[in-house]
Amino acid sequence: MIEIAWSNFTPWSALIGGVLVGLAAASFLLLNGRIAGISGILGGLLTPSAGDINWRIAFIAGLIGAPIVWMLVASLPPINIQAGYPALVLAGLLVGVGTRYGSGCTSGHGVCGLSRLSPRSLVATLSFMFAGFTTVYIIRHVLGV
Amino acid sequence: MKSALASLFSGLLFGFGLLISGLANPEKVLGFLDIAGPWDPSLALVMGGAIIVGLFAFAVARKRTLSFLGFSMKLQGQSGIDKRLIIGGLLFGVGWGISGICPGPALVGIGAGEMKSVVFAASMIAGMALFELVERARAGSSTQKSTGGWSTTAQE
Repeated sequence: MIEIAWSNFTPWSALIGGVLVGLAAASFLLLNGRIAGISGILGGLLTPSAGDINWRIAFIAGLIGAPIVWMLVASLPPINIQAGYPALVLAGLLVGVGTRYGSGCTSGHGVCGLSRLSPRSLVATLSFMFAGFTTVYIIRHVLGV
Repeated sequence: MKSALASLFSGLLFGFGLLISGLANPEKVLGFLDIAGPWDPSLALVMGGAIIVGLFAFAVARKRTLSFLGFSMKLQGQSGIDKRLIIGGLLFGVGWGISGICPGPALVGIGAGEMKSVVFAASMIAGMALFELVERARAGSSTQKSTGGWSTTAQE
């Protein structure tokens, strides 16, 4: 029933990249004692408290800095954003509100939460996956955009 | 200082992982979310690879009260499954499905110089700020009700 797009399937880079993401979450956890949830780290800066700012900014600087460091050595892999600006504004708002209301995103619930076998994170991950699959289905196959 | 360096290192590693895996590429993410089209299962392997490492990390973390740098382990999260968790997840998923972008890749896209990532991230931060304002207003109005007096919390 499901047709696999073998020509787009990149198992090795996906697995290696995934392991790196896991190592990043592991180093953050074992060195800082914190969970690497990106929406929480970013959102926490909006209600800053003393001693709670530097590590958040440093983590975000690392994420923004990664492609810059990469470009010093090699050319970047493709980043193709097909959505137009109005759709991106709407999507950004939904991601911002939703990740804070649901206390996490792909990293906090999807990677860290599932790694600690949290039932709460499993429910959150199933919720955003379900909504993601359904939204793409509606946009591509019902509306035909 | 130590925690900031460890954070910077973790953030860099996270960003490299997103770039190598393809998760930083919204086109690839949408190829995974489109199960009715020619489906690209790659991102399932990204999650799988990350979780395998994560399982070991959390197994080690659970046995410790202090991190390797001597910070207290902040693992106690919220517990319980409530409406907020599910509604928040659904809202996030709709935004993810429209754009193919979640918070980490949005930040990586900024560093890559993508104007569209900048717009998405600005809107995402506005959404987070909107959430904080609504939370504060709700906390303020409930204080007002419970004390019966005037509360300034909502105006802060």
